[in-house]
Amino acid sequence: MGPLLHIGPGPLALDEVMASLGDGAGSDGAVVTFLGLVRNHNLGRSVRYLEYEAYEPLALRAFERIGAEVAERWPGVRLALHHRIGRLEIGEASIAIAARSPHRGDAYSACRYTIERVKQIAPIWKREFFDGGDVWIEGATANPDDERARHEAERLACA
Amino acid sequence: MRVTVRLFARLRDIAGASELARDLAPGATIGDVWRQLAHEFPELSKYERSISTAVNADYARMDHVVGDGDEIAFLPPVSGG
Repeated sequence: MGPLLHIGPGPLALDEVMASLGDGAGSDGAVVTFLGLVRNHNLGRSVRYLEYEAYEPLALRAFERIGAEVAERWPGVRLALHHRIGRLEIGEASIAIAARSPHRGDAYSACRYTIERVKQIAPIWKREFFDGGDVWIEGATANPDDERARHEAERLACA
Repeated sequence: MRVTVRLFARLRDIAGASELARDLAPGATIGDVWRQLAHEFPELSKYERSISTAVNADYARMDHVVGDGDEIAFLPPVSGG
């Protein structure tokens, strides 16, 4: 089985991400997966491609932290999280998440929570190359101790 | 003492380097390192309120006292996913 948490330049494969979670010895009733894709438009710009970079050791620690938060909030859920870096073309997957659980509700919530937390606290950046230029996309100031952000992710996950 | 500074994304572009070595007085904090850099590269200043900081690949606050050989990272707002 491959790693549960991974960052690297290789294309993402959802079957590998799911396989890393094992078979749950038959006790699981659901696996929910999410793939984030490179979109050809953003804020009115025609996107040509994206380049992702990460501070890898800290990003893996952030993934571990998210995994621990999920385990605390949804006991019984097992989580796999892979993020791609480097140049990604339109339509390619930048992130793959799989959450496996005895019951679907927890798996759905944990999967949504995970993507929201990645966007909040993982030290990963995308540079957008569009028709006419390029720009670093800057979203959230990463602060893992910001409880408001964590609650917002939890609210979205349970909506 | 000597530390390594890591810069990412737009911060790296502004400084023109992803890694810098800097000599510091004992007792210096991450904030001291940042102010020294912002003095050197004034365009960094606009990130003062939006950066995150890390020491040895662990999130840390601006008032964290750095040690010899530490790796200090300055992170602009993130955009993974």
